[in-house]
Amino acid sequence: MTTTDSTPAPQGLQEHFDATIARDQRIEPRDWMPDGYRKTLVRQIAQHAHSEIIGMQPEGEWITRAPSLRRKAILFAKVQDEAGHGLYLYSAAETLGVDRADLTEKLIEGRQKYSSIFNYPTLSFADVGVIGWFVDGAAICNQVPLCRSSYGPYARAMVRICKEESFHQRQGYELLLTMMRGTDAQREMVQDAVDRWWWPSLMMFGPPDDASPNSAQSMAWKIKRHSNDELRRRFVDMTVPQAEKLGVTLPDPDLRWNEESGHHDFGTPDWDELMRVIKGDGPLNTERIERRRAAHDEGAWVREAATAHAAKRNKRVQEGTAA
Amino acid sequence: MSEDHLYLTLAEGHEDDARWAFGTGFEDPLHGVDTTVPAGVDAAGLAACCLALGDDALVSAQRLAEWTTRAPELEEEVALANIGLDLLGQARLLYARCGQVDGSERGEDAYAYFRDADAFRNVRLAELPNGDFAFSVVRLLVLSAWRLALFERLAGCADPVLAAIAAKGVKELTYHRQYAAEWAVRLGDGTDESHRRMRAALADVYPYVDELLATGPGFGIDTEDVREEVTAVLGQVLDAAGLDLPDVRPLPGSGRDGDRTEHLAPLLAELQSVARAHPEATW
Repeated sequence: MTTTDSTPAPQGLQEHFDATIARDQRIEPRDWMPDGYRKTLVRQIAQHAHSEIIGMQPEGEWITRAPSLRRKAILFAKVQDEAGHGLYLYSAAETLGVDRADLTEKLIEGRQKYSSIFNYPTLSFADVGVIGWFVDGAAICNQVPLCRSSYGPYARAMVRICKEESFHQRQGYELLLTMMRGTDAQREMVQDAVDRWWWPSLMMFGPPDDASPNSAQSMAWKIKRHSNDELRRRFVDMTVPQAEKLGVTLPDPDLRWNEESGHHDFGTPDWDELMRVIKGDGPLNTERIERRRAAHDEGAWVREAATAHAAKRNKRVQEGTAA
Repeated sequence: MSEDHLYLTLAEGHEDDARWAFGTGFEDPLHGVDTTVPAGVDAAGLAACCLALGDDALVSAQRLAEWTTRAPELEEEVALANIGLDLLGQARLLYARCGQVDGSERGEDAYAYFRDADAFRNVRLAELPNGDFAFSVVRLLVLSAWRLALFERLAGCADPVLAAIAAKGVKELTYHRQYAAEWAVRLGDGTDESHRRMRAALADVYPYVDELLATGPGFGIDTEDVREEVTAVLGQVLDAAGLDLPDVRPLPGSGRDGDRTEHLAPLLAELQSVARAHPEATW
């Protein structure tokens, strides 16, 4: 484990780090890095890993109820992928000298955050499609630039994750296309889900740039590559034609194409709502953490047994009595 | 990597819709396979075998899906989902084969979503609630050891489609059995608490084991031979785990004959809820 004291950087190391960033090259785990850079990365990667794991819950609720075996397989595989993403990300965080068990403790004690979108409920099977389309779509807009993040292990994990997220987004959209070709009740389910998820999805990009305290430093360090508002606009521009093709209405009366800017104008999300949900007052914050805590607590005896067995086995090997 | 290129690839329209659900997207899993029932094969027996093995797989996959977000560790989330997905895949292939040979031309979803509990033919062990991780491990060990023994033999059976399904399943089930056996050893050997839980799990699972070993899949497969192999495998694992066979009496009856526990109907009510609420819908 690397020490993270706050003594000044030894001669030349800060300059070397700055030059590496300036040349757009990657920082690797064994390289010297400023404490602030390390802390920012741990915070961001842990939050991202937690989001993958908590994000399994809203959709995971529907695996047992998926209305065809094909959809069941797709959803089961998607939620499994999220567990896999959580694993890669925790591993990337571990290269910075923290450990997964400690990060999990911080999550369930509420000391580290996860994406506020996962505090909203999934009320019908159409939500599975809309989450794929909006939430995975927004995640892609946020994450594709991270494939060029200055920290090597994070950037490499993001390449694989983005490929899978893109696959999930298309699967979600394909479910919605199928439902829109189905019965009136199915079309209503899709529109209802679009209405409920649109604004929380726009909030996934974080607060507006003038109210985002950590953004400037992260952009200077090339951990982050685009501002929240830029990414939000990208997402809107990407999604509007998809909504038209699908035949749903996005619930924003101010949404229109702006010829001059070459982008869509759109309304302002309810930032008070975002702050409330981030602070713990969303529809399902308590339930999400409670589920994670219960799984962790109920699994404690299993993890202890695995550790005890490994120790006993090692001892038997050393004593030459391995069975 | 060009970020803008990657971004555009993601954002643009995709015409290759069929690829969206790669690996899970095929409408007809047996497409291109000669599905004629060979002369001399009893179609009714073949259909019954596919249905029973399909029901075992579907019900087991449903129980494994219930572990999602509740597993003791993230590695176990991934592994249990893998096993559940394999079994779900087996169920789909077996139902598809069943629909071809039972004369009904039904698709996989008709079997999964539009039959009631009394029409299911899975073994009762598959439908019991998950219990703790020890119970799920012991059940998985027993079911996968038994199913692997059956599939190894069915891979050489007279129906080429079932033989191909079984041959594919052998690879999957070998992993399932390995996973369960490793955990059985860890938990049996680990701590007093895990040992105690494994003993309790064995006592809960074993009354249902004879039901598995007493019924064969047909096709002239020797039930006694399967029983011997499974008993030997389980004995070896329990020995390595430092656990004894529990002294319990076999439960009378058989899921293969339609005997059910009280747990199957609620499992199916959940599984079928959306599909039955929208019978005219396509998904």
